[in-house]
Amino acid sequence: MNIIRKVATLGVAAALLVGGTACTKGGGSGQGATKGADGTTEISLWTHNAGNKEELAAITKIVTDYNASQSKYKVKVQAFPQDSYNQSVVAAASSKKLPCILDTDGPNVPNWAWAGYLAPLEGMDETLSKFLPSVVGKYKDKAYAYGYYDVALAMFSRKSVLEASGIRVPTMDKPWTKDEFNQAMAKLKATGKYAYPADFATGSTGEWWPYAYSPMLQSAGGDLINRSDFKSAEGALNGPAAVEWATWFRGLVTNKYIATKSGADPTKDFINGKSAVLYNGSWSASQARKAFKEDLVVMPPVDLGKGPKIGGGSWQWAVSATCGAKEGAMEYMKFAAQDKYVAAVAEATATIPATDAAAAKVKGYEAGGEFDIFRQFSKKYAVVRPETPGYPFIATEFTKTAQDILNGADPKKALDQAVRNIDDNQKSNNYFQ
Amino acid sequence: MTSATTPAPRRLRASFAHQPAKVGWVMLTPALILMIVFLIIPILLTFGLAFTNARLISPEPAKFIGFDNFVRLFGSDTFWKSLRNTVIFAAVIVPVQSGIALVLAMLINAKVRGINFFRTVYFLPVVTSMVVVSMLWLFMYQPNGLINVLLAKVGITGPDWLGNPKTALFAIIVLSIWQAVGMHMVIWLSGLQTIPGELYEAAAIDGANAWEQFRNVTWPGLRQTATFILITITIAAFSLFTQVNIMTQGGPLDSTSTVVFQAVRTGFQQQQTGYASAISLVFFAIVLTVSLLQRYLTRNKEARR
Amino acid sequence: MSVSTVAPVGKRPKKWLGPLLLVLRILLALVFGLPLVFMIVSSFKPDAQIFADLDSVKAFLPVGSLSLENYVGVFERVPFARFLLNSVIVSVVTVVLGLLVNSMAAFGLSRVRFRGQGIVLGIIIATLIVPFETMALPLLWWCNQLPWLDANGLSQGWLDTYQVQIVPFIANAFSIFLFYQYFDSIPRELDEAATVDGANWFQIYWKVVMPLAGPAVATVAILTFLPAWNSYLWPLMVVQSEELRPAMVGIDYFKQLNVSWGQIMAYASIITVPVLAVFISFQRAFISSIASSGVKG
Repeated sequence: MNIIRKVATLGVAAALLVGGTACTKGGGSGQGATKGADGTTEISLWTHNAGNKEELAAITKIVTDYNASQSKYKVKVQAFPQDSYNQSVVAAASSKKLPCILDTDGPNVPNWAWAGYLAPLEGMDETLSKFLPSVVGKYKDKAYAYGYYDVALAMFSRKSVLEASGIRVPTMDKPWTKDEFNQAMAKLKATGKYAYPADFATGSTGEWWPYAYSPMLQSAGGDLINRSDFKSAEGALNGPAAVEWATWFRGLVTNKYIATKSGADPTKDFINGKSAVLYNGSWSASQARKAFKEDLVVMPPVDLGKGPKIGGGSWQWAVSATCGAKEGAMEYMKFAAQDKYVAAVAEATATIPATDAAAAKVKGYEAGGEFDIFRQFSKKYAVVRPETPGYPFIATEFTKTAQDILNGADPKKALDQAVRNIDDNQKSNNYFQ
Repeated sequence: MTSATTPAPRRLRASFAHQPAKVGWVMLTPALILMIVFLIIPILLTFGLAFTNARLISPEPAKFIGFDNFVRLFGSDTFWKSLRNTVIFAAVIVPVQSGIALVLAMLINAKVRGINFFRTVYFLPVVTSMVVVSMLWLFMYQPNGLINVLLAKVGITGPDWLGNPKTALFAIIVLSIWQAVGMHMVIWLSGLQTIPGELYEAAAIDGANAWEQFRNVTWPGLRQTATFILITITIAAFSLFTQVNIMTQGGPLDSTSTVVFQAVRTGFQQQQTGYASAISLVFFAIVLTVSLLQRYLTRNKEARR
Repeated sequence: MSVSTVAPVGKRPKKWLGPLLLVLRILLALVFGLPLVFMIVSSFKPDAQIFADLDSVKAFLPVGSLSLENYVGVFERVPFARFLLNSVIVSVVTVVLGLLVNSMAAFGLSRVRFRGQGIVLGIIIATLIVPFETMALPLLWWCNQLPWLDANGLSQGWLDTYQVQIVPFIANAFSIFLFYQYFDSIPRELDEAATVDGANWFQIYWKVVMPLAGPAVATVAILTFLPAWNSYLWPLMVVQSEELRPAMVGIDYFKQLNVSWGQIMAYASIITVPVLAVFISFQRAFISSIASSGVKG
């Protein structure tokens, strides 16, 4: 039989290949660290940057510098694609295979610290006090992680478009109120140029939902959970303020101000004139600036009562508790926290540098620079997501609830259900004590 | 009329057996060991976890909590909606997909020029990964996407397919059939080709028309193939996950949530391993019941013949 | 033996039937082919144009500014050759070992008669109902406990290896079932003849039955190859080193903040082409080897 023979030959060849290359790593001393023949200890470092060559290059540069600066440790980078990074890391964590150093999405830090996967950062309080508060990952008053940058949420529009409809351009001193925003939407809708005058990037998935829309809830006076003791969401997520927010949010869809599910690339749609107002992260800025030049306006999010709010906390670096070479890992963390590296990573990612000194080095983020406004948003509006180990659960509940509300679920009922689920989860974990 | 696949009489087997039991087990051993290690043990682990409060990430060891997970599950709206969606999906997919696949198989079971081309084209979606296919159709299902543009050409205003609770599941059904039907077409085709041409000739001489030929020659010859296709499609349908995960995340309003999707979401994103295992356990029970029912029904038919 | 056709054999086919069927075939080809044409065509377009073309037939046509830029971007971003090699290793080894192990098991169940056969077959078929996703987490934990012996000695834990991507997927109830059904249709007179000639069971398996099982081999090969090639969730969980990652995981390299849809389309196109090549090379065996094997008729 011809096929069988052909396949068999191929298979034997491949099997030999596997035998030769597979499973070459085994054992090792401690976890995420192995001692080499030349006496240097190799420390593994995981990052979410595979496929994102600018950020990865910046991280690799820090690692190269560190490796050259001493001879005791050798840090080795392993990059993962961002979209599935969390799954990869959770899988590794649950099988106790974490590396020594890893980056993690900010909101997950408390969950991981609680679970005992992360080690608190020691002797870095002085350094970290210069970082934006939103980029330092804390749990129970201990710092477990720090990030090089933050991103900010903002509303983007064109001056010409707003003025043509007689709409005031909001500023940090005087942001849009809810009524003003609603009126602006009505006016833009009336021009007939837009199927949906605003694009809230509702087509994005995952962590975007709590990141982007829970600040609106907070601006209205609600929250994801009561932050006094992080025990229950009762009243915070289903109180009158939250219901009012949800009703308004749903209203945006029923009035056809925003789409229930916006397009695959909101920034492009905005640039192509499909929307007049874009609510998105600061990463939209450079593309939009290129397209509209001076006509582009970057505006604070709507003030729904308690002032504008935006999400805080992006990717942050931490040391695993199981690390076999903790000293080396901590040493690396200190080395990597230098302003020049903060500046380099922020520049590579076109994000907001985490320290003032770094900001001064990055074009556009210096005081008065064209992107400085995002830094000010971060300083003034940023709210970190609740620092409770229950956050990953809260995030999925909030996402589903917000989506259901946009799709016509009764706001009060949907929020009540979310509160029940969240409280059940907090309780079944003994409130993460 | 005898079908081409009737097994030979059983008495032949016994006549030349040396040590059949030993040989049989030896042949089975590699597969059995692998299945026990990589299938049975994980399933048993799932069974065990279903009665605990185990979490994916937690400093606390898992505790036995009896039937709490099941009580919670049966009280959950999302579970019942997911179950309903799964059943609807399977109930539509099984007959429609196997029917379309059979039509396609008959269409390409002909000696015509270029038939290889058509066969390959119909099979193309099967070789494309579901991850890629879902992303592709996500594009096409957009309110101003290709599908609505084409519909507009014939004067129909298409809805926001995936954004509307009334159409989302239907949209996923269409895409799923599109992706998988080629596989079942090929399986039907291999079944069709086991039917000797002589039988058709004989039927034609008897004056049978196309439908009679199908009923009396084609269909009886496809019985084994039909059982296989029925089982594969049913199981695939119940396991609906990837499309939902990429395209709708179960929304809008749970209209596309499925049992497997709920299990993965609970187990992974929400880190509730114990609860997710309970969902899986209930799922196994349901599919097992359906499969046994199917087996019973198909066996019944064979007995009657 | 003649290959059967849809049209009645004895009567003269109606004249309009041929063209009608052709039109039908072409329409269906459009339905099945166009989305993929869209994928391939878009892989040559810059993002702005993909979106601009989305609302017209232009989406399917290679018009406008076409370039290989997306492909250049793909190769810059992803170590594609390495990923491809990994996918080939994983899928080919899974297919080969799967063919062997599952056909042997099916042979044992179908041709040899022994006690407990029915129960074993029943249990194997029952495991068909378990979707991989629902047992992924326990399996992950379990694979991390397993020992492995190789040139470097004994080690514990299979994470981040080739074998964790291969071994759990070798034994497959579908494949056993398929072989079993097929073996049942091969006349047992052949076994008997071989026995008379002095063949033992393994010789019957390897020299008599397997050579006649071409179509089943092809079907199982494809049914095993596709999920192995397309596996996504599992390698995400078990593989940490970039050097061991398969091609499908690479798609995640493109889902960044500023998604380049052109590059996604380009990547999707190049990971689909090898599978297509495999199918085309197998389909002949799949479809037509029955006619030459002399089993039927």
